[in-house]
Amino acid sequence: MNISLELNGRPANWDVEPGEALLEALRRHGVLSVKRGCDTASCGTCTVLLDGVPVPSCAVPAPRADGRAVTTVEGLPDEAARLGACLAAEGADQCGFCAPGLVVAVVAMSRELEHPDEAAINHYLAGNLCRCGGYVSQTRAIRRYLQEAR
Amino acid sequence: MKRSGDMREVGRSLPKIDALGLVRGTPAFTDDLAPREALCVVAVRSPHAHARILSIDATAALAMPGVLAVFTWKDVPRVAVTRAGQGHPEPSPRDRFILDEYVRHVGDEAAIVAAETEEQAREAARAVRVEYEALPPVLDFEAALDNPVVLHPEPEIHENFPIGFEPRRNVASAYNMHVGDVDAVVARSEVVLRRRYYTQAQQHVALEPHCACTWLDVHGRLNVISSTQTPWHVRRIMARALEREVKEIRVVKPRIGGGFGGKQMLHGELYCALATLRTGRPAKMVYTRREVFEATNTRHPMRLDVTLGADRDGTLRAIDLEILSDTGAYGEHALTVFMVAGAKTLPLYNKVEAVRFGGRTVYTNHLPGGAFRGYGAIQGNFALESALDELAGELGLDPIVLREKNMIAEGETSPIFAIMGEGTEGVEMIVESCKLPECIRRGKELIGWDAKGPRREVAPGVFRGLGMALAMQGSGIPTIDMAAATLKLNDFGSFNLLIGATDLGTGSDTILAQIAAETLGVSTGDIIVYASDTDRTPFDTGAYASSTTYVSGHAVRTAALKMREEILVEGARSLGCEPARATFDGCEVRGPAGAITLRDLSAKLLYNEHQKQLMTTGSHLCEKSPPPYMAAFAEVEVDAGTGEVKLVDYVAVVDCGQAINPNLALVQVEGGLAQGIGMALWEEVVYGPQGHLRTRDLMSYKIPGREDLPSIRAELVASHEPSGPFGAKSVGEIGIDTPPAAIANAVAAAVGARVRDLPVTPEKVLNALVLA
Ligand code: FES
Ligand code: FES
Repeated sequence: MNISLELNGRPANWDVEPGEALLEALRRHGVLSVKRGCDTASCGTCTVLLDGVPVPSCAVPAPRADGRAVTTVEGLPDEAARLGACLAAEGADQCGFCAPGLVVAVVAMSRELEHPDEAAINHYLAGNLCRCGGYVSQTRAIRRYLQEAR
Repeated sequence: MKRSGDMREVGRSLPKIDALGLVRGTPAFTDDLAPREALCVVAVRSPHAHARILSIDATAALAMPGVLAVFTWKDVPRVAVTRAGQGHPEPSPRDRFILDEYVRHVGDEAAIVAAETEEQAREAARAVRVEYEALPPVLDFEAALDNPVVLHPEPEIHENFPIGFEPRRNVASAYNMHVGDVDAVVARSEVVLRRRYYTQAQQHVALEPHCACTWLDVHGRLNVISSTQTPWHVRRIMARALEREVKEIRVVKPRIGGGFGGKQMLHGELYCALATLRTGRPAKMVYTRREVFEATNTRHPMRLDVTLGADRDGTLRAIDLEILSDTGAYGEHALTVFMVAGAKTLPLYNKVEAVRFGGRTVYTNHLPGGAFRGYGAIQGNFALESALDELAGELGLDPIVLREKNMIAEGETSPIFAIMGEGTEGVEMIVESCKLPECIRRGKELIGWDAKGPRREVAPGVFRGLGMALAMQGSGIPTIDMAAATLKLNDFGSFNLLIGATDLGTGSDTILAQIAAETLGVSTGDIIVYASDTDRTPFDTGAYASSTTYVSGHAVRTAALKMREEILVEGARSLGCEPARATFDGCEVRGPAGAITLRDLSAKLLYNEHQKQLMTTGSHLCEKSPPPYMAAFAEVEVDAGTGEVKLVDYVAVVDCGQAINPNLALVQVEGGLAQGIGMALWEEVVYGPQGHLRTRDLMSYKIPGREDLPSIRAELVASHEPSGPFGAKSVGEIGIDTPPAAIANAVAAAVGARVRDLPVTPEKVLNALVLA
């Protein structure tokens, strides 16, 4: 079936399979920042914004994106550069497989929460797993980013 | 050698050179790079833990849309290989074929399908009709030895050199060593402690699932991109399995999304190659998360019997460690993981009069064991460091005092270094750097060891307790691990650094660039890294055994020293003076009568004057394996009513020599600790009664999330390893080793419940409380 969506601020018209996940449709259309880390909506590597709300794109049927705005890290270059710099400054970026999904989630959090403390950050981002670090450096980097963003 | 004080690039927490690209989601991983037109390769997996394949009917599958090929064991070369990405010849038994008539664990490959799309391939895989004769499985590893059910009766399988391989007895490997007469010394010891411990199967859960793709290039050569830790071993093993020449294959490792040992085995590479060689088309195989759980590898579960002999004053006199290890269906890393359980734990207590180590690795119908960060050391550490705590309890000693009395120190050695390597003999070694006393002092301070005391009641029935453990690892495999690096000077002063080393996300590309820059006197930004390509970079055994900084780092330094020499010679020639009278500071070559910048010199060398390409190669053979050390401290809160354990604080202080990049070293430690804490408290591969996996997704198999972990505190102590590049040792694995023992020790301190069987679950704590 055919869907029209706004992908990172630009209109897009895609043929998608009825059973296809948004994650697969994105990757098939060359949006490769969105990663598949699991089959069960448990890891957060596929996080995108759907009308501004962070969702695991592996759990969203592609047809549901019809008429809606999808934002991936490709659509958040400034935020990615700034958060990326904070992650790099803390040494918190390792393999980077979790990073694009994390950036999307952090951007959503920074829009949604006023002054999140560490517990609030950990709670908001609980769905974004990282297997390389122990989260502490990542959290430091995220706090630094939020501070600088203010 | 220069110390950190005078260094400009080494010792700095520079950002990872690929950081921004990865955060932006730049296509860099295998599945991002696979050709768009690649066929999708999918496996038909066994529903049985043990079965013989009677027939495979692919007629229906082959008739389905988009399906190009189906492969069964009858279609592939019958060559025994191991899939363990290890040196040549591998210390793991060659007990596996690309596909076989037998399947030996649920999820084992029965057939392979290639189709235009993943959907088509998966549907076709469901349509392949496999008739199995179910065989009784061996699911209890303690009953595997001499079991009437033999997993590997096939005649072609073999060991490459003596590893104690006895497949008729379900034994993949066996090993025994001893120093002194353990039985006699134990008999003479004033206190004897005998304990049995168990460690579980753990899975790596790198967030990037295993992935490979293949295509034929214009020369007809088989190109492979793989999420692998060992491109050269993959190339060599593929050549053998496919009955091709090594020269016909190129393997490239792009960015990979975590490895932790889980990508030190071959997975999809061979199946993609079958599809590409048959059809001439590019092919890719991306594991689903379920396939990663069901069809890759786990940490080898072990049963560890420890006997300690000591005197009342806390002098440790004898250690006996006997292990039974479960290698599952195939013997990947069977012997070497087993040996490391002793080789990288026992030397910690080097003053004993006698030490014995040995046992077997047996086959079962579980997932194959494999390499996993810690590589046996974490299993051995859990048993040894738990037993020491138990001994301290019997002697009425502070567990730290007991350890300080017996632990290894700078200037000392252990006979085990020479006796045990990985699969072969080791090498003699004097410990030239060991800051365990500083690690302990600092760790005690951070956790508040003396102030808090071992146990406090914080609420009715809720107790906090402190526990600790020491650990050591190695830095590469002596006389086996070899790495090489090439530097090429470009016009206008930049350098290509071509390295075989394999960055798994650890930042090794960055730290190797820092080492090159430091040696050359240039800035890290002038080093352009290209790595891990069997055609285009020099050799490297791969990223495992904590080898990259120490071994590959040396190779880079050697290449850079040679490059300095060449720059001096050419600079002097350009200035018209003797090289001996010229100096090079990274910026310019200066002679008695003038100077030329590297920028100008490099451009002249390619365009104007005495034109030539400066290119130097360094290679390094690991000659010794200086251990990094760690002292770690856990504070837990245990509810004596429910058995629930909450990790409140975790402190780790590490001696990894000079950290090339302190931030990246610390994150290695933090990440290792998180995985070790996962193993201590939650992570466990669970099978049903017929060998079906119960933990096959991230909901049933729990890896630590943000809200599960306390704010881990890791620190590095000042240290300098004379044999290391700029004083460095390794740091990749040591972080994982301590949590199981430190946490079990803390739980025992808190409520007196000694859990000797990982993970430390509430049920086990309650059971232990009943016993206590
Ligand atoms: S791939 Fe979507 S949450 Fe894991
Ligand atoms: S950096 Fe590897 S999973 Fe987060």
